Amino acid sequence: MSAPAPAPPALEVHDLVSAYGAVRAVDGVSLTVPAGSITAVLGANGAGKTTLLRTVSGAKAAQSGRVLADGVELTRLPADRVVRHGVAHVPEGGGVITQLTVEENLRLGGLWRADRADRVRAREEMYQLFPVLAERRRQPAGALSGGERQMLAIGRALMARPRVLLLDEPSLGLAPMVTRRLLRLLRELRDGTGLTVVLVEQNARGALSVADHGFVLSLGRVAASGDADRLLADDRTRHAYLGF
Amino acid sequence: MEQLAELVLNGVSSGAVYAALALSLMIIYQATRVVNFAQPGLALIAAYTAFSVTRATGSYWLGFVLALVVGGALGVLAERLLIRPVQRRSELSAIIVTLGLLMLLQGVAGMVWSNEPHSFPYPLDFRGRFSATDAFAVAAVGVTALGLLLLFRYTPLGLRMRAAAFRPEVARMVGVRVGLMLTVGWGIASVIGALAGMLAVPPFIFPNVLDGVFVYGITAAVIGGLDNPFGAVLGGFTLGIGLSLVSGYLGPELVTLAALVIVVVVLSLRPDGLFTRPRARQV
Repeated sequence: MSAPAPAPPALEVHDLVSAYGAVRAVDGVSLTVPAGSITAVLGANGAGKTTLLRTVSGAKAAQSGRVLADGVELTRLPADRVVRHGVAHVPEGGGVITQLTVEENLRLGGLWRADRADRVRAREEMYQLFPVLAERRRQPAGALSGGERQMLAIGRALMARPRVLLLDEPSLGLAPMVTRRLLRLLRELRDGTGLTVVLVEQNARGALSVADHGFVLSLGRVAASGDADRLLADDRTRHAYLGF
Repeated sequence: MEQLAELVLNGVSSGAVYAALALSLMIIYQATRVVNFAQPGLALIAAYTAFSVTRATGSYWLGFVLALVVGGALGVLAERLLIRPVQRRSELSAIIVTLGLLMLLQGVAGMVWSNEPHSFPYPLDFRGRFSATDAFAVAAVGVTALGLLLLFRYTPLGLRMRAAAFRPEVARMVGVRVGLMLTVGWGIASVIGALAGMLAVPPFIFPNVLDGVFVYGITAAVIGGLDNPFGAVLGGFTLGIGLSLVSGYLGPELVTLAALVIVVVVLSLRPDGLFTRPRARQV
């Protein structure tokens, strides 16, 4: 009896280069995200974290390199196709559409899926997960607080029933307590549904406290990587790149 | 009193046409921030199509339906072939392309159908104070506005279109095919433009027949605010009635001037239009 072939990682990035003009914001990044893991991508401002996520999700075109999800090539797909392959991106600030109601934002996340009954089911699940959204479903999303907007943005991304969730600085502008709740929620989601999470954060300590693995970016390259515990314990990395 | 009622009714029927044009402009403006100056050109070709079809078959309504189909198809083609390639560079390029397209379409219409006026039928009886044709115009525009409202508010397609208009990049991330939404928007807008053309053209069709009406259509859209169908419709009727009153009481030669005055006054008092909630300034 031969061992079954190992499942491909949820997300693989090979030698990805993504530039704005002559500036290579992402300059040859490779990383592997195992299925069902929470992976933190850390680094200072301008390290290329946001560009990395945007290039993975197709919001920005790559100069070179490859992106695969579950072994499927996503490299040159536009964002609206990438999400159909199970990779959902919550952009910096959440990207909630303030002119639409909470419910419209939520519905939008699943609209591309053909299974209408499951779209409704997913919506109810999101309202259970985030009861505050249910209370405010008819209000314009612009009326929500920063934390509520993040919840709405995450809920909207989950409406696609993704296998991989890319989160860009969900803690930005949130109170520490709200951040903690959000990070704990990611962990619960992962444990409950097997969701793979890629978490871009400046808040390195918070991110590593829930993550399994971490990558530290510096000037568009991977400067350090490893288990979250190890990165937290490694004084050199911490001082050099994470600032605590 | 008698005269007032008459003028208001006149204003309502011309207002319906302005409202339809304002609606078609609003849909495209909202999605792309482009004022589609080619709209009267697209509507013109649609109306000439109706003219030819009606002359060949004798059926006004066959021509009417085909005009809407041709109008919509032209809008889709214009977006795909002309606007999309330049849109990414700047909104201004797209606007200039629409101006060029207007001239092209009017020129083509003159070459194909000649610059001489042809008589163009009314849909229904047009005699009397508020004729069947006037009632048809008002009803058609009312149904269109209501249909648009339902489309945008309550259908998945409408939700996608609004998302694509408000935040195209975010819409793409949640799976909306933004380019397709723009094409659909141009198609819908051009169908409505063709409807406006069919209402505005009679009794004669010639290449510049819609120019004047179009100016009032833009005026109506600006008065109503370019971002909601209610505003466009109310703007159209307000302008229609206002201009009719000016024409009746002050003289028809003042109508164009009055339209200009109305725009200037509205823009200085409520830059977002009369019928929109003023937006908080974006920081």
